Amino acid sequence: MIEVERLSKRYGSTVAVDDLSFTVRPGRVTGFLGPNGAGKSTTMRMMLGLDRPSAGRVLIDGRPYRDLAEPLRQVGALLEATAVHGGRRGHHHLRWLAQTNRIPVARVGAVLEQVGLTSVMRKRVKGFSLGMSQRLGIAAALLGDPPVLLFDEPGNGLDPEGIVWLRNLIRSLAAEGRTVLVSSHLMSEMAVTAEHLVVIGRGRLLADTTVAEFIDTFSRSHVRIATPEPERLRDVLTSAGVRVTDADDGALAAHGTDPVRVGELVAANNVVVHEIGVRSASLEEAFVRMTADVVEYREGS
Amino acid sequence: MTVFLAAARAELTKARTVRSTWWSLVVAAVLCVGLAVLLGRSMASSFERLPADQRENWDPAQLGFYGLLIGQIALVVFGVLLVSSEYTTGTIRASLAAVPRRGVLLGAKAVVATGIAAAVAVVVAFGTFFAAQWGLAEHGTTLAQPGVLRAVLGACAYLTLMCLFAMGVATMLRGTALSLGILIPVLFLNSQGLSNLPAIRPVTQYLPDQAGAGMMQVVTTGEGFIGHRDFGPGLAFVIMLAWVAAALVGGYVSLRARDA
Repeated sequence: MIEVERLSKRYGSTVAVDDLSFTVRPGRVTGFLGPNGAGKSTTMRMMLGLDRPSAGRVLIDGRPYRDLAEPLRQVGALLEATAVHGGRRGHHHLRWLAQTNRIPVARVGAVLEQVGLTSVMRKRVKGFSLGMSQRLGIAAALLGDPPVLLFDEPGNGLDPEGIVWLRNLIRSLAAEGRTVLVSSHLMSEMAVTAEHLVVIGRGRLLADTTVAEFIDTFSRSHVRIATPEPERLRDVLTSAGVRVTDADDGALAAHGTDPVRVGELVAANNVVVHEIGVRSASLEEAFVRMTADVVEYREGS
Repeated sequence: MTVFLAAARAELTKARTVRSTWWSLVVAAVLCVGLAVLLGRSMASSFERLPADQRENWDPAQLGFYGLLIGQIALVVFGVLLVSSEYTTGTIRASLAAVPRRGVLLGAKAVVATGIAAAVAVVVAFGTFFAAQWGLAEHGTTLAQPGVLRAVLGACAYLTLMCLFAMGVATMLRGTALSLGILIPVLFLNSQGLSNLPAIRPVTQYLPDQAGAGMMQVVTTGEGFIGHRDFGPGLAFVIMLAWVAAALVGGYVSLRARDA
């Protein structure tokens, strides 16, 4: 279990993490979601005792990270996959990590096998692709067979096959009863990997909920009605207490209702309609809408 | 203790598994011994033409150690890279996640650096001595002469301590270029120039490289001569230890206080 308690991190006048509290529970995958620059990586670095919080604290199974005697046996973490000495061979990188926490060297071969890097383990890391580096980072996280795992954007650089492999690995780790926190800026990936979501924007908590609840709450659907009599239909719906907005190409969008009720209102008032259908906003749209006002860096814009 | 030993073992693996360790140590050995031969040979042929006062203060043991002044740079590079390569590659975050107690990590690094540097220093210091004396031929000296063995052992200690000093400085400064950019000019400006300016010598004689020169000295030069210092080899050793302690404490404070 990871407990984040009123955590804040300021760099001068910039607030990276702002009074953040949430708990990551064992036995399920918790997605840590937020746009780029939201403070996910900073929060994860503070979980590992790498950065000092300006206020608040993080407890790993009840203790601060810096107090863990052999932390790799309790917490495995993938932060930046490329943060490895390029001149060192893959298996040597894992060997020294194992030695720090008295993990049997046999684990090195086992985790390399598990992530599919056995054939390249003697290569120097600077010759690795981003996907291979990511797998080496995942191997390092698994080295101590820890009950708590943190993965920061683990899908970066993986091909589609690798993404599916990673998703299955992460889910199986949680199914074994481990505490698993996975950060991502992609809602779609989290929707199929995580069961629980912690969403942050500009360092603040926006949501701490199950994926199902998040979808219900934020991916609001509406009823789209194509009609040659938009003004009459708008009056009919509005007087029945339905909120109406303009949809694309002259159609209307009815919110907080369903096609059955709209159909009955249309029939009762003899309005001509050409189409009644349900339109769901995608999860990605829901996420963007939710974080829009707190986004600092929007990707690709 | 088990935590410390495990960390030290891992640090040894880290040092062994990058090529920069090997080339910096080989360069150190080749430079020191090679220069000692050259210096010995050239001095042997020009000894008779030296002015009388310089012949009086002639320290045949120290001549070879001029090679060490150049070769020590490779050991300084080794000491700096032990730490700075972790920062430039980001490995430091993996190191601190694995060994969260900063004192244990730095201590383990210091122990491993001491072991490796001392092993290399013994080879280099004795190698340099014998190479220079071979070059000097009849103008040379032997380990049996008074003070000579102590000077060679002083050289071993100096090289080891200089490597640790470099490691401590790099822990404070983090970057390779910045650390070397400060260490190398300090080592050279001082030996080559600053320490010979009478006005500032009372201060510059306490800098690490001058303390080191004091540790390797056999013949004590009188006041007014180049290379004169207000302290003997024993105090020079203490001064050098103080520099190393200051650098390591500074490194520890920086490692504890700053974000990785």
